[in-house]
Amino acid sequence: MNSIILQGATRLLVALILLFSVYMLLRGHNQPGGGFIAGLIAAAAFILYALAWGMAAARASLRVAPARLAAAGALLAAAAGSLAALAGLPPFTGLWLFIGGSETAKGIPISNVLLFDTGIYLAVVGSVLTLFFVLEED
Amino acid sequence: MGWLLALPFLLPIASGLLAFAARRNTGLARGISLLGCGLLLLVTAWIFASVSRQGPLVAQMGNWPAPFGITLVVDRLSAIMLLVTGLVGLAVGVFALADIDRRRERLGFQGFFQLLLAGVCGSFVTGDLFNLYVWFEVMLIASFALLVLGGERQQVDGGIKYVALNLVSTLLMLTAIGLVYGLTGTLNLADLHLAIAAQGESVAVNALAVLLIGAFGIKAALFPLFFWLPASYHVPPVAVTAVFAGLLTKVGVYALIRTFTLVFPADLEFAHNLLLVAALLTMLTGVLGAAAQYEFRRILAFHIISQIGFLVLGLALFTPLALAGAVFYMIHNIVAKTNLLLISGTVRRMAGSFELAQIGGVYRASPLMATLFFIAAFSLAGFPPLSGFWAKLLLVTASLEEASYWVAAVLLVTGALTLFSMSKIWAEAFWKEHPGGGALALAALGRPEQWQRVVPSLLLVLVTVAMGIYPEPLITFARDTADELLNPAGYIDAVLSQSPD
Amino acid sequence: METALAVLVGAMTATGVYLMLAPNLLRYLFGLILLSNAANLAIFAAGRLTRAVPPLVPEGLDVPPVPVANALPQAMILTAIVIGFGLLAFTLALVVSCYRQLGTLNSDTMRLAEPPAAGGEH
Repeated sequence: MNSIILQGATRLLVALILLFSVYMLLRGHNQPGGGFIAGLIAAAAFILYALAWGMAAARASLRVAPARLAAAGALLAAAAGSLAALAGLPPFTGLWLFIGGSETAKGIPISNVLLFDTGIYLAVVGSVLTLFFVLEED
Repeated sequence: MGWLLALPFLLPIASGLLAFAARRNTGLARGISLLGCGLLLLVTAWIFASVSRQGPLVAQMGNWPAPFGITLVVDRLSAIMLLVTGLVGLAVGVFALADIDRRRERLGFQGFFQLLLAGVCGSFVTGDLFNLYVWFEVMLIASFALLVLGGERQQVDGGIKYVALNLVSTLLMLTAIGLVYGLTGTLNLADLHLAIAAQGESVAVNALAVLLIGAFGIKAALFPLFFWLPASYHVPPVAVTAVFAGLLTKVGVYALIRTFTLVFPADLEFAHNLLLVAALLTMLTGVLGAAAQYEFRRILAFHIISQIGFLVLGLALFTPLALAGAVFYMIHNIVAKTNLLLISGTVRRMAGSFELAQIGGVYRASPLMATLFFIAAFSLAGFPPLSGFWAKLLLVTASLEEASYWVAAVLLVTGALTLFSMSKIWAEAFWKEHPGGGALALAALGRPEQWQRVVPSLLLVLVTVAMGIYPEPLITFARDTADELLNPAGYIDAVLSQSPD
Repeated sequence: METALAVLVGAMTATGVYLMLAPNLLRYLFGLILLSNAANLAIFAAGRLTRAVPPLVPEGLDVPPVPVANALPQAMILTAIVIGFGLLAFTLALVVSCYRQLGTLNSDTMRLAEPPAAGGEH
């Protein structure tokens, strides 16, 4: 599609959508949101980019092969679930670390749950884009 | 404990992802995949040893207590299924080195193969109905990919039929799960036993049972839901057919056995009769279909269907002896059937085709290959002293004890017709002269390929022979398994009394 | 409300099955999509419909102060949607490659993987 309006708007929108996807990923911690939906949003950003600038440009902007991204994401999720082994707990147990936490303040929560969600995020972006590229090409 | 039970699916997932990421470097991907298969066999052997020593093992994922979290349970049935999955996985993994071409490996064959094993193992360890659905889907997606990988026209044609019918099964299962949850408010299999027992024999319970027979029946290729199997099993490379034949349909049978012994009450008359009729018709249609075929792999594919009938028959008779027979038959069948398909691949490599009319002379080219086929095939047909004889003996005795003489008659007729098909393959592929030029000798294949083809078959034949001449341990184990299945109190206690670490 | 959903599930299933019986693969696929969503709705209805808030426990409490919606069916539907999405996408890709390679979407004419008919005709 060769529309200057779409191309101009896409430059701005893609950045916003990607930012929004990260927001959804982090928000999923305590409120509705999470890795899957955030991954879909991020994939939508790349699909929009592909519609405006073409497949080749979208592939180039992703930098890594989407299939590899999906595999890396799934491995990250599996590794996050396996972290519980270090604490001697069953697989996929949530581990929490509160940075700067005290009696009164909760601190900043860091957990393997977030790591797991990030893995899902990457896996979803990767697999949706793999599929989109396969279907769109030739 | 949680880790030991999670390893059967975590290991193949990890090795599958790594192999997929490394798929362009075929040597590395092969190494990862083989290592994964080897470790899987070790882990499953370890689990099997622990379970046969100390009874069901239970673990809670994420440390959530049952019945709220996802439970992993391995009882005797799961343990032996896991062990045989590890064995078949390793055998086919080695065989695939010779059978799968470079192009398919670059497309990610090793990754999907490992993912398939993960799905199969996951289905065997889970103690939760929805989780079972998830593992079924993992298995299904991997099998879709393996079936059409390479994208030949025939593969696409067979793939469409396989996908179309299996997706219906998926949706039936999903609907059934939704209704089970609506009726009972739980999906933990052990908890479901108590919740369904509290319902009594209501219309809803019967409807659910029939819905699940439909869903698992399509997976297991039960009459009249088997049409996807002969339409698709002969299109992918033979290593893929071998692992499908050995494991996929058996997972459907496993799910049937699990739900009808654990979830539903033992006196569900209607569903058991339905299973019995379906099992007998499956046996007959499968074996008659095979008799009409003249292609090596299609004959074997129809026999898969017929043998599913034997397994479901054991469940439908619902006596301790019949269930023990079903368990023994399952183990015997997985080993023998996988092996026959591996041998069919080697025969095709030597003689050039799967069409029986176009091949021959394999006995002259390689007496070793012919002997391996002979043992596996006659074990399948139920000849003493091979493993199939004991499996059929248990089932026939069980049906005679129940005074179901016509069931025993169908069993024996099916056995005779199986023998007919196997003799047909023997006479056409091995005995008669090759119609054009003669078959390649094994030695002509080159050293690595020769080993990769012969060693897996030899290993599986040894297992078949060992089970045949020394069946006592496995029969005892199968009887213990049947007792455990018919008295699920131990299983339920183990799951529900488990407090998180 | 459950009754309305049940009727909807029934209508979607009927339409889905009708479409799936067509020889055209694309119609089959659309039928499958309808059927898969009907299954999801059935799970949703099985979790009972209530007018309630998300099941989140405020800080300092052990249980939510007001009745909350049952989160489990929603989690299951989400999983089922993800899986269904993957399966349907795969099927679509397969149908596309089928059209490219075999040149037809009519499943009655797809006999490539079948043994040749006895009379020698296809």
